[in-house]
Amino acid sequence: MALLKINKLTKEFGGLKAVANFNIEINDGELIGLIGPNGAGKTTAFNLMTGVYEPTSGEMLFDGKSLVGLKPYEVTQRGIARTFQNIRLFSDLSVLDNVKIAYHFHVKYGLWESVLRVGRYYSEEDMIEQKAMECLKMFKLDDRRDEIAKNLPYGEQRRLEIARALAAQPKLLLLDEPAAGMNPQETHELMEMIRWIRDELKLTILLIEHDMSLVMGVCERIYVLDYGSIIADGTPAEIRNNPCVIEAYLGEEVC
Amino acid sequence: MKRDLMGIVGAVALYALLMGLIESEVIGAFWQLNIVLICINIILAVSLNLITGFTGQFSIGHAGFMAVGAYLSAVFTVKLGLPYIVGILAGAAGAAILGFAIGLPTLRLKGDYLAIATLGLGEIIRITILNIPYVGGASGLMGIPRYTTFTWAFFLMVITVLFIKNFINSSHGRACISIRENEIAAEAMGVDTTKYKVIAFTIGATFAGVAGGLFSHYFYIAHPASFTFMKSFDILTMVVLGGMGSITGSITTAILLTYISAELASYPEWRMVIYALLLIVLMIYRPQGLFGNKELSLKLFSRILGGGQRGAAENK
Repeated sequence: MALLKINKLTKEFGGLKAVANFNIEINDGELIGLIGPNGAGKTTAFNLMTGVYEPTSGEMLFDGKSLVGLKPYEVTQRGIARTFQNIRLFSDLSVLDNVKIAYHFHVKYGLWESVLRVGRYYSEEDMIEQKAMECLKMFKLDDRRDEIAKNLPYGEQRRLEIARALAAQPKLLLLDEPAAGMNPQETHELMEMIRWIRDELKLTILLIEHDMSLVMGVCERIYVLDYGSIIADGTPAEIRNNPCVIEAYLGEEVC
Repeated sequence: MKRDLMGIVGAVALYALLMGLIESEVIGAFWQLNIVLICINIILAVSLNLITGFTGQFSIGHAGFMAVGAYLSAVFTVKLGLPYIVGILAGAAGAAILGFAIGLPTLRLKGDYLAIATLGLGEIIRITILNIPYVGGASGLMGIPRYTTFTWAFFLMVITVLFIKNFINSSHGRACISIRENEIAAEAMGVDTTKYKVIAFTIGATFAGVAGGLFSHYFYIAHPASFTFMKSFDILTMVVLGGMGSITGSITTAILLTYISAELASYPEWRMVIYALLLIVLMIYRPQGLFGNKELSLKLFSRILGGGQRGAAENK
């Protein structure tokens, strides 16, 4: 069964159709790429999936349940976590606290338990700390735990954002241009990491990316978006030779 | 837990010391009044810090919630003849309900818009009270018995600080802080931002209500002029000066500013000038406030001392 099934999703901003008739189907455990020229509507599509925008029409089913009309935090609680194109960390907090916040909606102790320091407070706090450290260790950030997030080098900030998204324990991970601003070496490491996350954590991943070497190297299937609609989908090899895609990126041949 | 207990023991020791000094009349009536005022100001500053410093929601209507607490508690004790504790609790509950009701619609606003809305709401509360003859209207509610003692003020202050400190150091507190840091990211991490903004606002309003109850039962009167937006600014100044997101910072400035204003009481014409100069100088040299978002703790002290010793050793 498809984990995420999006049917005829449309978003209009006034007269502009940013996303029109967007169809996509992602199965459990797949690693999918979403590419397209600048302004094709990729990030808008992400924002629709995560509840930042409400679609004008169309339907989105995640795990068989509709996502339409949910607030972003509800989407996250359903099991979709994301990163942002322009990194959005809790920049004045420590690396550890950044990750801890992602566990928040799994916490069961209530307000009074935290104020009076009784009941589940200590055991759950210990558990959160332990899990957060495990998560940081996975991303080789454990020795940075007390560093303030904004003082990390750029590449590590990107890693931390992915670590934080994974700490929310999602089923589907959305990565919005994870390699933006990275050098080829870092991009290569990121590629390895994405593949490793998927295999190790049995996640489904959908990523937007401009870096073709990364997309072609890591994705199993690719959707191509242009002017808000899907114009092609298939394996990297198919996409590379698809005339529609070449046209969208390079323009028509002038005879 | 251990540190909480140490804090409570420390607070009791401080209480015993101050009480001893008051009983033996080393601390006279004037300074006794100021100590109570310091306790009230600490409650106000720490509770506003939860809203403005930790959750990042700029509010300048705190005096409004204080007014609700002051009047409501006085109505319970004076008009209904109920015990003081009932009055305090009623004042806190009234402020909490109002905080919740006001927070729900206004917290959709951000930054300066929210500031203006809360400023307006504070004034609305004050002017509403001003026009209720039952509580004395413009002449204020008089004849309130002086139930507030140093003991009441001190221990309610300790409870407030402990409550807010424990709240902040929990997952719920972290949710509030994440809103300040980046609201969009907080939402994307599964934090119901509206809920936590309203929770922070309600808790802050509750303790402002407690402070109001202490205030009116110390000065025999609840008067609308005590709760103008100038009072809100006073509280906000303490929060900003102490450091947004630092409880110990709020406590320090609440003590410092109350002390300075008491010391300057004999030069009324210079008081505001010196006060204003102090603020300007501090904002130029420490724009993040005295402590920034750090907390003053024994750990920090030992680090500073440790660093000093290491430095000394190297000098040898």
